[in-house]
Amino acid sequence: MQAVFPLTFAALLFSAGVYGVLSRRNAVLVLMSVELMLAAVTVNLVAFHGLVTTDVGDPLLSGQAFALFVMAVGAAEVGVGLAIVLLLYRNRATVNVDDADLMKY
Amino acid sequence: MSALAQQLPAGVEIPEIPWAAISPELTLFGAGILVLLLDTAGPRRRTSSVIALAILLGIAALAAIPGGAAPEIVALLVGAGVLQLALTLWLHTRPRLLGAVLTVVALVATIGIAAWQYQAAANGGMVGTESLLADMVAVDGVALFTRFVVAGAGILTVLLGFAYLQDRRIHRGEYYPLLLFTATGMTLLASAADLLMVFLAVEILSLALYVMTGLARRDMASQEGAFKYLLLGAFSSAFLLYGIALVYGATGTTHIATAGVALSDPGTPAGLVFAGIALMLVGFAFKVALVPFHMWTPDVYQGAPTPVTAFMAAATKVAAFAAFLRVFTGGMEQLAWIWVPAVSVLAAITMLVGAALAVVQDDLKRMLGYSAVAHAGYAAIGLVAVSEIGTGATLFYLLAYAIMSLGAFGILTILERRQRKAIAVADLRGLWQSAPSLAVMFALFLLSLAGIPGTVGFIAKFGIVRAAVDAGLVWLAVVLVISSVIAAYFYIRVIVAMFMDDEPAHLADAPVPPASAASTAVSVAAVGVIALGVLPPAVIDLAERAATFAG
Repeated sequence: MQAVFPLTFAALLFSAGVYGVLSRRNAVLVLMSVELMLAAVTVNLVAFHGLVTTDVGDPLLSGQAFALFVMAVGAAEVGVGLAIVLLLYRNRATVNVDDADLMKY
Repeated sequence: MSALAQQLPAGVEIPEIPWAAISPELTLFGAGILVLLLDTAGPRRRTSSVIALAILLGIAALAAIPGGAAPEIVALLVGAGVLQLALTLWLHTRPRLLGAVLTVVALVATIGIAAWQYQAAANGGMVGTESLLADMVAVDGVALFTRFVVAGAGILTVLLGFAYLQDRRIHRGEYYPLLLFTATGMTLLASAADLLMVFLAVEILSLALYVMTGLARRDMASQEGAFKYLLLGAFSSAFLLYGIALVYGATGTTHIATAGVALSDPGTPAGLVFAGIALMLVGFAFKVALVPFHMWTPDVYQGAPTPVTAFMAAATKVAAFAAFLRVFTGGMEQLAWIWVPAVSVLAAITMLVGAALAVVQDDLKRMLGYSAVAHAGYAAIGLVAVSEIGTGATLFYLLAYAIMSLGAFGILTILERRQRKAIAVADLRGLWQSAPSLAVMFALFLLSLAGIPGTVGFIAKFGIVRAAVDAGLVWLAVVLVISSVIAAYFYIRVIVAMFMDDEPAHLADAPVPPASAASTAVSVAAVGVIALGVLPPAVIDLAERAATFAG
């Protein structure tokens, strides 16, 4: 398989995630963008596995195992993240990132 | 077992699990689960405790099978079970105190186990400097050193926090389990020999810390700190992870030492190498708070409950730097020409910007947050020296910073209890008149942070300067001195307010909190600052011997 396609896809996905984190003002959408970045890494890890087995060899499938861990940790992170966003919403009735400006400089 | 082994593809072996080597993590994690269990059980915690005893006895019985663990370990497991039952029966009506006591016991046990491992390693025993558990963890000097510092910082944090959390009505049951889980993540991070382990440990410690930062649920600043920490932490983790994925793509392995060797092979695609290193550098720079990746630090330090801030400053920094050291100085020594210039520039900007921004702060926690940024820059100099002296200097610096910051934030904890609000510089006016011992100790910590001779801060800075000059990085040493001069201004400003100004009337009446666990913890830190400042050779020697990485 041509490794360049999944890798380009992953890079685009990651860039979309970075753009989302930097430009979105809604906290939930920011969290989703972070998840997009993690998904890009997962794609990368799986794709690289196909790439490296051809020349160096990776009998332990560490890339794919890593991808599983990334998914599990991503789920845990979004759980804690949404709990904190919920807490913020309860006290401020908004999840706009720009409104969290009590502390500056 | 043999049937399973036959099904495995060639080249895959079921790893030997080195229970003894990872026992500190197991102790911390197990204690965390136990404290969580006893807390959620509510009034029925005595029953839960009996069940926990049964589980521990079961594990002990399994370990006692001939050819298994040493009899000492079986005895320790039984002892731990009986001890937790006895403590639960004694303190079952006071759940918070029970949690605190169990946490301290677990942390003391961790220090004991780490000391035993250190002894065994020094005698060339079972705990060596090789990678263990299928090359996932390495119990080497850096790991052991971090275990001592993290567990010690945890004990002082529990002592500092008890009355403070009680006063703010945020003494929740989950505080102690979270403290133990984050400590587990820290010790694991310091002993991670594989990038997979680095990522997992970073997440274990961060997830627990996000929640601890937001512990004061009704306090807007606390929530906001937790929120910012979470967003920026997750963002930076993604960068770290992308870097790891690229390194894996370039080398076909995630083992730090092997990947480092493979990366320096000229046949490896240069684009992947550069991009991988750059992205991992961004991830680590976020975690240790190097400018321009420091934005979360002051907000989180200011927002978090003060004992949590103390623990964060002292322990997280050590753990994050230990992993930073292992991946960059340890794993990618051959590639130093790529990352040393980048980290040097980051360190220089960090020192100057951290100190300069601290000058204009009024809130003391925020000021110490910016000073933490500057201190991260000093510690990073030992990293770019890429030598054993440099690594040892960084480790000693982190130990020194842990003691000083625990002391300084500890004093703030006590003062916040007295004034029932966040402390600004003006609130410290005339502290010398109403609470002379607190004022003197705070002055001591601030002088140590500023690096005045006779304190541990000076010795640590001296070690960093020596490492920089040895490595030919004189310009970084010069920047360090300039930054220290700027920093001295705001430390001295606080000291002047405490000793020269008159006390405002409304404060003169405020009762000084009685001597308590928190004062004990602060006194211990003060003794540490002076003792290591006057008689440092033993510990410097220890830090330099700890500057070894597993192969």
